[in-house]
Amino acid sequence: MTGRRAPLLDHAAFERNRSNAENVIDSKNLERALREKPVSTFSQRALGGLALAALLFSTIARAQGLNAEPPKAAAPNKAEAPKAETAKADAAKADAPPRAEFEAKFTYCKTCHGVSGQGFRGAYPMPRLAGQQPEYLQNQLEAFIERRRVNPVMFNVAHVLRPGMLTALAEGFRDLNPKPLGGEPRELIPAGKKIFEEGVPAANVPPCASCHGADAKGQGAMPRLAGQLYDYTTRKLTNWSKERGQDPAKPDTSQLMEPIAHGLTPQQVSEVAAYLGSLE
Amino acid sequence: MRNCTWCHGSAAQGFSSAPRIAGQQPHYLVEQLLAFKDHSRDNPTSKQYMWGATARLAPELASEFAAYFAALPAEPANDGDSALVEAGRTLYEHGAAESNVAACVVCHGPNAQGFEAIPRLGGLSYGYLKSRLAQWSEGYHASAFPMPQVATSLSPEEVDALASYLSFLR
Repeated sequence: MTGRRAPLLDHAAFERNRSNAENVIDSKNLERALREKPVSTFSQRALGGLALAALLFSTIARAQGLNAEPPKAAAPNKAEAPKAETAKADAAKADAPPRAEFEAKFTYCKTCHGVSGQGFRGAYPMPRLAGQQPEYLQNQLEAFIERRRVNPVMFNVAHVLRPGMLTALAEGFRDLNPKPLGGEPRELIPAGKKIFEEGVPAANVPPCASCHGADAKGQGAMPRLAGQLYDYTTRKLTNWSKERGQDPAKPDTSQLMEPIAHGLTPQQVSEVAAYLGSLE
Repeated sequence: MRNCTWCHGSAAQGFSSAPRIAGQQPHYLVEQLLAFKDHSRDNPTSKQYMWGATARLAPELASEFAAYFAALPAEPANDGDSALVEAGRTLYEHGAAESNVAACVVCHGPNAQGFEAIPRLGGLSYGYLKSRLAQWSEGYHASAFPMPQVATSLSPEEVDALASYLSFLR
């Protein structure tokens, strides 16, 4: 268990990785950085999380400043990407599925995630995928396969996907834009908006907007939260470190959220989830 | 009420093509009664019996019927092929990702007890479950997203296994 607790960035590691993160938030680079410099105590980890949040925020701002059309222009810079990553991306491209096969699989995703990817409530809440950041979706599908993120149903679904299909599906949801599914307790929305915009300084919780964007639409490895199902967000924040970051050998971007999820009280979790559920 | 029990049985445990409605999710029962009334549930036996039965049904009465039947104790039909139970359970809990079969459990729940407008399936009769799945892939009751899509992804053997597994669930 100690291995799981350990690594997060410190300031020196930020500096070392700054050149890689210049134009783009790349989850692979973040994960590599997370492995490089283990930090052990909780306060250091919390500090590291906040500092990384600040770095990511400035990176997002820079990326948006440099590039007029945000999501597509923020695609990984091939020239700077390490060779192995480029090779993997090329392999995924060459492995792109035939149209009919893609459509069948995409329809299959929407069986549970809603006909327009808006999410669906069954015995379990199925998250909204519409408008989600492809880089985030791809990383989550890989996390299910590698069991970094534990979810038996999604492991079954994801582990049969070839890399090309996985990439195509992650891209497929980006352009869907249905209305939020709704169902959140409306009276909690104002308090949730305040947490989203200002954080909870006393509990070391940064403003959600600093990484997820003022409109909560995410960027690169940072997921879109706008329109997410209230009950889904509540469950995920509550169970954060039981579901995510489960492979000590492969720390991932989920560590950024761990101290933040733990810093929120159950009431605050409900509030922020209600606000996000209401956002278009 | 006498009219309902004529086909569904005096304890509402179902008989022949009429399903068990005892212990069913009340929200689901209301939606189905209204779907018979507006003809969006257009399966052959629905047309034959339920369209007429619900033609003059007021929504308030539909809710009262639903609450009454939902509160009755339910007995499992136990009439599937017991040799297929394990295959059915696997399919129910895990789906079959290679052939785009979704896991039933995510909507219908771990013991197939249903949720709000999603029906309880545990203990329904083999014949009813099988004909519903078959009729979705034939195009009946097309408005019941996502079931038409789910049913078309199932092979006849998978339908047999699922209906068998569910018929034994308490």
